[in-house]
Amino acid sequence: MKDSLSLIHKFNAHPDSRCWYVAWNPKGTLLASCGGDRAIRIWGKEGDSWECKTVLQDGHQRTVRKVAWSPCGNYLASASFDATTCIWKKKNDDFQCLTVLEGHENEVKCVAWAPSGNLLATCSRDKSVWIWEVDEEDEYECVSVVNSHTQDVKHVVWHPNRELLASASYDNNVCIHKEEDDDWECLATLEGHTSTVWSLSFDPSGQRLASCSDDRTVKIWKESPPGEGQGDGSTGASWRCVCTLSGFHARAVYDVAWCPLTSALATACGDDGVRVFKEEVTSDPEQPEFSLSAHVARAHNQDVNCVTWHPKEPGLLVSCSDNGEIAMWRYQAEA
Amino acid sequence: MSGGLRLENANPLIFQRSGVRLLTANDEDEDVVDPIDDREIFDLIRSINDPEHPLSLEELNVVEQVRVRVNDQENTVGVEFTPTIPHCSMATLIGLSIKVKLLRSLPERFKIDVCITPGTHASEEAVNKQLADKERVAAALENAQLLEVVNQCLSTRTLNA
Repeated sequence: MKDSLSLIHKFNAHPDSRCWYVAWNPKGTLLASCGGDRAIRIWGKEGDSWECKTVLQDGHQRTVRKVAWSPCGNYLASASFDATTCIWKKKNDDFQCLTVLEGHENEVKCVAWAPSGNLLATCSRDKSVWIWEVDEEDEYECVSVVNSHTQDVKHVVWHPNRELLASASYDNNVCIHKEEDDDWECLATLEGHTSTVWSLSFDPSGQRLASCSDDRTVKIWKESPPGEGQGDGSTGASWRCVCTLSGFHARAVYDVAWCPLTSALATACGDDGVRVFKEEVTSDPEQPEFSLSAHVARAHNQDVNCVTWHPKEPGLLVSCSDNGEIAMWRYQAEA
Repeated sequence: MSGGLRLENANPLIFQRSGVRLLTANDEDEDVVDPIDDREIFDLIRSINDPEHPLSLEELNVVEQVRVRVNDQENTVGVEFTPTIPHCSMATLIGLSIKVKLLRSLPERFKIDVCITPGTHASEEAVNKQLADKERVAAALENAQLLEVVNQCLSTRTLNA
């Protein structure tokens, strides 16, 4: 490994609890974290350290599993085990709970905003993915309930520039959803993982999708342009697995993040490690090769639940762990 | 105990430590490094109550010391449990109770894997997957009703005649 990951900051974000997830606002000035203490914390930089600016703790009755910022940065959505999703509106330095989205039968596992900011997706242990539409009056309406998975849906993520939604599930599959005739449908099911798919990340161009799994592998899926399908008569675009990263992770891989600036691929693992993979520049796009370029074996004392790249500062990586900590890392590629 | 003798031959270190723990003051000496061993884990889980019968998991042979694997240095604990019948509907609950007992008792550094003894349950794979899913375990433990049942399994039984 030629490259390095060096620790810049580490702080306890959710004491005596898990930190499940962290998310940068689009400008990269605020970091939201959530956890088993039912709280959401907003972090901002003060001089050289990170300080908690606000604690949002009256929104949820149970664990807050994930948080997501709207593309404009003025709204924060939080998905909770209490079966609801809260929408928070930012007013100066404060946040107000604007609305509570109800409807899922049980735990909401993930929430994600479409790049337009007009659509929101949530998914749940109830096996469904819901698509919500937002109007100018900040009213949210469920426009579609998609039941393409047969088990607990763990993660949803939108394509970076198209209205395409990917979801990952306990049923080991990934589904790609698209709007067809006023309804949302699954247009591709990506089969290949042999256990729960925990998370997904599109590459900066949106041509490829990385998935990570309980089977200890990461898979890279690529979309075939129209007309280059497998010729099996299936309609729509097709996605196929072009690379499997196996043998690198000792336990479940809980999160994967493709850096929008550098294209480096980071993973969060149940073996406490944070790893960064780099694509070999000379490799065939149809059969890309990725190499492990940096690895911190004991990034945290417990499972790493999430990794996310800073949206503006290349190489700034954040991770969070079951021990309630957040860590910030500097990823440096060898000159 | 014949099992102890067999262990002594296979892994003398463990045998010696077991002896020390029972017999000498070293056990109480804070300066002596005392890694967690299989028997210690077994002691934690053997008195868990069966959800249906007034018996412990040890008495029902659901847990056995030979099905406990500890690697203190690598921070791993593996426990295999054997449901009494292949269609036992309580398998997930029993596994969850074992997992919760160990989560509460062991230092947080340990990775705890609880699974069904291979070949002893009809839904082995599904139960194992559920027990290994920490997100679902966390959600289950926020369910007050389920938590109460788990706590009952973990409560110390009053010894009636």
